[in-house]
Amino acid sequence: MSHHTVSEGIVISPIKNGTVIDHITHGEGFTVIRILGIRNSIMNVTVASNVMSSRGGRKDIVKIENRELLKSEVDKVALVAPDATISIIRDFKVTDKKNVDVPKDVVGVIKCPNPNCITNTNEPVPSHFVEHPRGFRCVYCDAVISKDMVGQYI
Amino acid sequence: MTREQKNILSVRDMDRREIDKLLCSAAKFDRGDFTGHELDKKILAVLFFEPSTRTRMSFSAAMMRLGGKILNLGSVEATSITKGETLSDTIRVISGYADAIVLRHPKEGAARLASEVSSVPVINGGDGAGQHPSQTLLDLYTIRESMRLENIDIGLQGDLRYGRTVHSLAFALSKYNNIRIHTIAPDGLDFPNYLKEDLSETGVEIICHEKLEDILPELDVLYVTRLQRERFPDPVAFASYSANYRLTPELLQIAKPKMIVLHPLPRVGEIDPAVDSLPCAKYFEQAHNGIPIRMAMLNEVMSQ
Repeated sequence: MSHHTVSEGIVISPIKNGTVIDHITHGEGFTVIRILGIRNSIMNVTVASNVMSSRGGRKDIVKIENRELLKSEVDKVALVAPDATISIIRDFKVTDKKNVDVPKDVVGVIKCPNPNCITNTNEPVPSHFVEHPRGFRCVYCDAVISKDMVGQYI
Repeated sequence: MTREQKNILSVRDMDRREIDKLLCSAAKFDRGDFTGHELDKKILAVLFFEPSTRTRMSFSAAMMRLGGKILNLGSVEATSITKGETLSDTIRVISGYADAIVLRHPKEGAARLASEVSSVPVINGGDGAGQHPSQTLLDLYTIRESMRLENIDIGLQGDLRYGRTVHSLAFALSKYNNIRIHTIAPDGLDFPNYLKEDLSETGVEIICHEKLEDILPELDVLYVTRLQRERFPDPVAFASYSANYRLTPELLQIAKPKMIVLHPLPRVGEIDPAVDSLPCAKYFEQAHNGIPIRMAMLNEVMSQ
């Protein structure tokens, strides 16, 4: 069992069962919650921000109790936190640990920056972006968002 | 649907083989090599959510020439759209009435959305500043019928920043070999940088020029587009550009004898009417080519 320690000495308590997303880019912890669509859920979610990272610098950590997120769900996190890791916890033990991979297809996460795009209307259609050499391309209107700007449209 | 639904949404989605197939089919229709019964008993729903007389009429004419019938949306004001119905619901309902839908809509991506909810093929008749594949295909067809679609120098003149016609054409041409695109545009109205980057990745060569005279003798095709007054900072700048870039018979004397001039029309002064009678003036023929191209598109999505 490991404890994450922040510089001020506050200990973030471990969870018994669930998912820990570690090494989130500093400041993006709440964006990660939003991306995962668990902001208003009844799950116990803990966000630790500005934590000292063993890799140097600072990071955010998100812990979700009693829910094992699938890799395909968490890969969306890579849009704002490409270095994040996912650990599945069972009975306080890490049973699986993976890196996140930037998805090639992102549905319902990125808001299209083009105000005239059909996805920015009352149509019942989620946004849909695909990987593009310059970032991500809207499959509906072809607008492209560069990778460093994508966080602003989530 | 028992077979895969064929939609025509964007030339960017099409590979060269698919484009060539449509161009060959258009040539066949253009020669009169058809019975007029190819689309007998078929119904085309023509849904235009914004005005466009030529595109609507030419799709309708193309359908009638192949023996099919037209179901018109009529004016948007008289439809359920004004009651707040979504495009998705409208398409779901109308796809039960027809064998294919041609959609013109002010929102970009509308045709793709329609194709996702429709039970019949959808043809994009233009969506906002997005795609307008029948225009691009008829541009390609006109070039192909006048010369070839490879190893050409094409000049694009006018509003290259906001003009969707030239963007689509540039991407379509990039699928062919040895194409050099020469841009001639006022300050601030040249191709956006992202578009140049995307085009460069396809291997097409893009060269920018300040004046048409600098490149005109090298061109095989000159594609002129309309300038919109509102794109200029002031009326003086607009008047100055318009006067300098007006294509006249005198200017065309330095062009290759077989160079052709194209324009998607309507024009508002970019081409002197005195050019109309010259052999290089192909823009009215280009507009007429909308019929065989649209016949080919309709036949492609509806024939068994």
